[in-house]
Amino acid sequence: MIKLSQRLLGPVTLVSLALTFWLGLWVTPPDVVQGDLVRLLYVHPPIAWVALYVSFGTATIASCLYLWPRTRSDVMDRVAYCAMEISVVFIALTLITGSIWGRPTWGVWWAWDARLTSTAILGVFALAYLALRRANDDPAVRARRSGVFAILTAINVPIIHFSVQWWKTLHQGASVLTSNGTLNVHGSMLWTMLLGFIGFTLLFFWLLRYRYRLEVKRDFVVATTVDEALALRRREGV
Amino acid sequence: MTRVAWLVAGKDLRIEARSRVLLWQVLPFGVIALLLSGLALGPTHAGNSTAGPGLFYLVTLFVALLMINRSQALENAPGTRASVATLGLDPAGVFLGKALALTVELWITGLVLLGGSVLVLHTSLIGTVHALPSVLVTLAALAAAGTLYGALTQGGDGPATLLPVLTLPAFAPLLIAGERSYSAALHGGALWEWWVIVVVALVAYTAVGILLYGVLEES
Repeated sequence: MIKLSQRLLGPVTLVSLALTFWLGLWVTPPDVVQGDLVRLLYVHPPIAWVALYVSFGTATIASCLYLWPRTRSDVMDRVAYCAMEISVVFIALTLITGSIWGRPTWGVWWAWDARLTSTAILGVFALAYLALRRANDDPAVRARRSGVFAILTAINVPIIHFSVQWWKTLHQGASVLTSNGTLNVHGSMLWTMLLGFIGFTLLFFWLLRYRYRLEVKRDFVVATTVDEALALRRREGV
Repeated sequence: MTRVAWLVAGKDLRIEARSRVLLWQVLPFGVIALLLSGLALGPTHAGNSTAGPGLFYLVTLFVALLMINRSQALENAPGTRASVATLGLDPAGVFLGKALALTVELWITGLVLLGGSVLVLHTSLIGTVHALPSVLVTLAALAAAGTLYGALTQGGDGPATLLPVLTLPAFAPLLIAGERSYSAALHGGALWEWWVIVVVALVAYTAVGILLYGVLEES
């Protein structure tokens, strides 16, 4: 069952993303105020959702589980590292798609807005996490330190989330669901956006799966040395 | 925990008092950086007090990085970590002690740099005195965060270069809040919301440090 779901993950991700792009570009109507520019919003909030909550959430939970002695395992460390690496890509995409939307809407590619600045800081944090991992050769030291750093970094996520309420700068508030629980988006626009959220979340887990497998192989190579790995492959007759 | 904290803080401050690195190396660097900031603004703008709080915190940040590295380097002296481990000192107490010592050192540097800002950048003396409580709390939060991040970088490759990469994003909200509250004390405006950020950061970093410093020491 698990193998089947793993095999289906890729095709389902591709189909849901293709559907999102098709619905977003051709089926949904232009917005009354924003016109065709609204089509970027079927992509930008889902990417931001993955960058801030899914990938950082995964990295933080995995780091906590690693630091907790009862659940400590290399699996948790690898998951945290891989999730953080993917989050760098998604944070960059969040900032890029936001800039593309912001240029015609606000008149600038970048503004010193609370949401934008705090997201950029989170991106630097994620890069710093990767730098910290490269600075330590001992796997146990590396895992512990990066685990602590991931937890410290996660403090920034609620700041980003509430930044639009606390500082009320240029970035608009909640786009889909308001704090009162009412929906801001309706009809085909809502379904397209929700499909985008599902598609990009699945894409994250798909990428995580492949990145994790790569990390396992890398660890194997590091642990056994290249010569031993070659000898093993020869014995297998490959 | 409190006893260990006082012990470690006393040890760090005594080493600093004897070696005088703070007095002869860190403070002169801070004063030079402040003068260079004034030169970068140019003679006509250097006396513009609106830039004073930002420049003060920028220079403080550079000085803090030096001091954090220095504080962690004390623990890297041969035998120090082994002695701490053998004595069975409470890691939470060690963290609190190091953060306390760093806070005192940052306060001394901060007071000198505030005096420099009044003198060189012409920030209002009365406004600076009003800003003093917020500056002291911000520096304490920087010390707590710095002690934690400093411990993360020790023992690996290039701790001195890694430290700014790790700390600058963490210090950014503190510096913004500190600068805003200093500016509010000088020119008026909302003050309490920036205070909240600094106080929450101080409490959060202290709590996380108490909880997790042991994990870092274990490694």
